[in-house]
Amino acid sequence: MVENRHQALGLSDETVLEMYETMLLARRLDERMWLLNRSGKVPFVISGQGQEGAQIGAAFALNREKDYILPYYRDMGVVLAFGMTAKELMLSAFAKAEDPNSGGKQMPSHFGQKKNRIVTGSSPVTTQVPHAVGIALAAKMEKKDFVSFVTFGEGSSNQGDFHEGANFAGVHKLPVIFMCENNKYAISVPVTKQLACERVSDRAIGYGMPGITVDGNDPLEVYRVVKEAHDRAIRGEGPTLIEAVTYRLTAHSSDDDDRAYRDQEEVMTAKEQDPLYTFGSYLKEVAVLTDEIEKSLNDKVMKLVNEATDYAENAPYAKPEDALKYVYKE
Amino acid sequence: MAQMTMIQAINDAMRVELKRDEKVLVFGEDVGVNGGVFRATENLHAEFGEDRVFDTPLAESGIGGLAIGLAVQGFRPVPEIQFFGFVFEVMDSIAGQMARYHFRTGGSFEMPITIRSPFGGGVHTPEMHADSLEGLMAQTPGLKVVIPSTPYDAKGLLISAIRDNNPVVFLEHMKLYRSFREEVPEGEYTIPLGKADVKREGKDISIIAYGAMVHEALKAADELEKEGYSAEVVDLRTVSPLDIETIIASVEKTNRAIVVQEAQKQAGVAANVVAEINDRAILSLEAPVLRVAAADTVFPFSQAESVWLPNYKDIIETAKKVLTF
Repeated sequence: MVENRHQALGLSDETVLEMYETMLLARRLDERMWLLNRSGKVPFVISGQGQEGAQIGAAFALNREKDYILPYYRDMGVVLAFGMTAKELMLSAFAKAEDPNSGGKQMPSHFGQKKNRIVTGSSPVTTQVPHAVGIALAAKMEKKDFVSFVTFGEGSSNQGDFHEGANFAGVHKLPVIFMCENNKYAISVPVTKQLACERVSDRAIGYGMPGITVDGNDPLEVYRVVKEAHDRAIRGEGPTLIEAVTYRLTAHSSDDDDRAYRDQEEVMTAKEQDPLYTFGSYLKEVAVLTDEIEKSLNDKVMKLVNEATDYAENAPYAKPEDALKYVYKE
Repeated sequence: MAQMTMIQAINDAMRVELKRDEKVLVFGEDVGVNGGVFRATENLHAEFGEDRVFDTPLAESGIGGLAIGLAVQGFRPVPEIQFFGFVFEVMDSIAGQMARYHFRTGGSFEMPITIRSPFGGGVHTPEMHADSLEGLMAQTPGLKVVIPSTPYDAKGLLISAIRDNNPVVFLEHMKLYRSFREEVPEGEYTIPLGKADVKREGKDISIIAYGAMVHEALKAADELEKEGYSAEVVDLRTVSPLDIETIIASVEKTNRAIVVQEAQKQAGVAANVVAEINDRAILSLEAPVLRVAAADTVFPFSQAESVWLPNYKDIIETAKKVLTF
């Protein structure tokens, strides 16, 4: 009998099933977007496939009623866990007027939704990091008990904004969790050409915060370290840098062909560690996920994906005159 | 009423707003204990404390991003960029992020941020410490760009900028910081953003200027008067969005105009003003609208700046071409 790891973390069977379901929804939505792209219906897809374990493990360790999240463009799992719906994500993929992220004004996967405390970023990577630090400074000044959670890729950990933001948060011991989803590639550039240090988490020492590397394909391990970081932040002990090591199972985007720069055998090997399947296997081994439950979850998720697709495909685009609105606050 | 220099008026505006609204925060490099390298924030740290007025690490992009995060949380940040030449380090935060935030989010987030920064030549500082880069900002929809020319205007405009719910770039000409004093009311008053001000009435020609060039224009107007020409001086005060109404009203009265800017000539605010006049008042014009501006070169070394910078003599020369066309 396999060790029940989730109970040891205080996670109920119900919660781990919800985690699995959210991972499954993220994966199936992402796959659907690729199909829609290849059939010419949505212009662009940028994928989170392979990173759902890190995303869901982290999101479930946060306070989903209070915390602010500043996700990066692969974080469909994080935003689903924070209340964005399949329909809303599909509206964004189709760039329809009703898309809550930006009404089709930004590239897809620039997630933002005020009511769920999802804070939008810009397109050059890492702009979200200093924003997260500003939000955490507000929490500290106003003595509010929320944490600011920001994600980015390992490529982003080279940007000035990463260093400027992390440094400020370290100096002022702010309640921020910096989580790098290290998927090994910045589009085509492998991690060996990006970092002179061995691990992204090694950078934490420069900012006076703990740096932790964790298996990003294991949602329970990610849950554990993010929970600890959250507790530290709430106790006023400052920020944490977490590096979740994972893998990007798709090309960078729907416009990229990864065969030009990485060995497809490497991708096949990484698929053996696909968190959706390894977590599913774990849940079966501990008898939380039965064939029956799995089938009903699949049916439920596919129904959501289909409904979201139909709704978004038929929803209206923004009117050209809408481009004149909201430039200034009147 | 107190007599104040522009830097005192700016300091006073921040004091008034820090006192009035606890959401107002002042931060940047050396603005805390030190009171700012130009003393713009002098005594504010002592008066309002570390939470309200604080030093940041030396990292301009981080300052811009911090302001955005604080604005998301309902604060009204007033960050300082120590010299406006350093704006390139924070250009993405300003032009790529805060200026577009309200648009991108369909109005769900506002960015009530006022970026203060010293700029301008004539004080013997070389490039990056003297550049007039307002044109870069003025080409960015979503931003307001304000440049005061007097202590009275500076205080009223800065208070308005801090209260505005859009990002405002508030540029303070270094030469004007301490060049003269004037009466500035105690306490609060506002001057609307986006409104130009006729600094001198005239009937023969409109000289449209902003910042330090307003004073060169006024001096030129005095000289022109001796030769029998009555010049009107229009101070733009906000270079984006432009107060086209006031500009056109002046041109329709005088039928002649020149536009003066300290910045390099190419693709600048003055070019935009000329284009607006041509679009809207060409039938009122008795002569082409000419520009007075700096050469299209990098801001020079100190020994050359008095030659390089436009001055009242250049204005008189150009005005006469238009007056005698």
